[in-house]
Amino acid sequence: MPEDIRALSSQLAQDPQSLVFLRLGEALRRKGQLEAALRVAMNGLERHPHLADAHDLYARILTDKHDYERAFDEWDMAVRIAPNHTGALKGLAFLYFKVGDLAQAEAHLEAARKVEPDDPSIDQALAMMRGGITPPAPEPAAEPVDSPTVASPTVDVPTVDVPTVASSPVPSPLDESRVFAGLEGANEGLLLVDGAGRVLGGALKSNGADVTDSVAAYLAGVSQEAARTAKLLGLGSWSGLSAEAQHGNVHLAHPTPEALLLVVRDRGMPLGRLAILAQRATAMAKRWLERG
Amino acid sequence: MSSALELVTRVRGVRGAMLVSADDGLVVAEQLMEGIKGSAVAALAASLAGRLRRAMEAAGIGTSVFWHLQGDKGALVVVPGGGREGGILVVAVAEPDVNIGLVRLELLRAAEAML
Repeated sequence: MPEDIRALSSQLAQDPQSLVFLRLGEALRRKGQLEAALRVAMNGLERHPHLADAHDLYARILTDKHDYERAFDEWDMAVRIAPNHTGALKGLAFLYFKVGDLAQAEAHLEAARKVEPDDPSIDQALAMMRGGITPPAPEPAAEPVDSPTVASPTVDVPTVDVPTVASSPVPSPLDESRVFAGLEGANEGLLLVDGAGRVLGGALKSNGADVTDSVAAYLAGVSQEAARTAKLLGLGSWSGLSAEAQHGNVHLAHPTPEALLLVVRDRGMPLGRLAILAQRATAMAKRWLERG
Repeated sequence: MSSALELVTRVRGVRGAMLVSADDGLVVAEQLMEGIKGSAVAALAASLAGRLRRAMEAAGIGTSVFWHLQGDKGALVVVPGGGREGGILVVAVAEPDVNIGLVRLELLRAAEAML
């Protein structure tokens, strides 16, 4: 029985901090109102960035929209937050299945089965995979997928390109315009540079002017100094540098020892959320660099 | 000055706090646990602060009001408490799992107390 969307919306309006957004988002998703579901999920995530269920909901909506790249990141984040989140484990298995990485798909399903040994959908999906069942040819996305779990691999597209999944069987050529594709705000405020201050991807603008090259040049020095400081002060290897400035917040990370990633956002994005965004961008940049 | 630093060092996980001259990286005041070399912290924090300031200005977001370097064995947390260039840095060295939000608040209070 589908939940009453109007009643759930009303509940959420009365208490925006409540977790009712999870039920509302899911109800909208099941009705195929994906844009509305997406807005509900995103608003919920902004209020509850560390809630695995919120990332799971967001990933399911993205999967229905066939945005598998971002769905992968969301389920990946959910599992980082809650390693036993079976919804996210099944979702990741589903996406691995789609790109043909059966070993990873099975591993994630097995992990889910350890948590929920009585879930028949997991056994069913495992049996299908082990039986070598070939999914059907792609079909138009007229209807939203009811559930992103691997219990339904035969109803979806098996050959879709998921470029940022590390195990994609046919890596696409290095393309700097794709490095942050699918990430929130991918077209601005993200910059990837090498150890010598050369731009690898992304761009930065300030008051309409392109400041990419000058910032990249300064970043190389920041990276070296951060590494030196962490080493000499016994802080170990540095994983990130967050900063608040008068007109924006930034987060620095290094996807590989030789590369540095800068994420810049306005002051409205708290440092904690910026760190999560940077974590995703770092994972994407790392995969992109490894494929190059 | 020392009372302001004391509030910072009361935060669980903070191993030391100090005031540093941003211009020359020298210690102005310090409250450190044993084993932490104040002069090294001061010099490195000031150097990194200078490089970070230039990068942030180049990015057009102004000067920093707080920054935090996270390592797997500890963290360096800094609030620049002075003018555009130079001034004083309020610095804390902390355990890796310290409550950064709390340290930030105390550093900002310490910086305000110096004004």
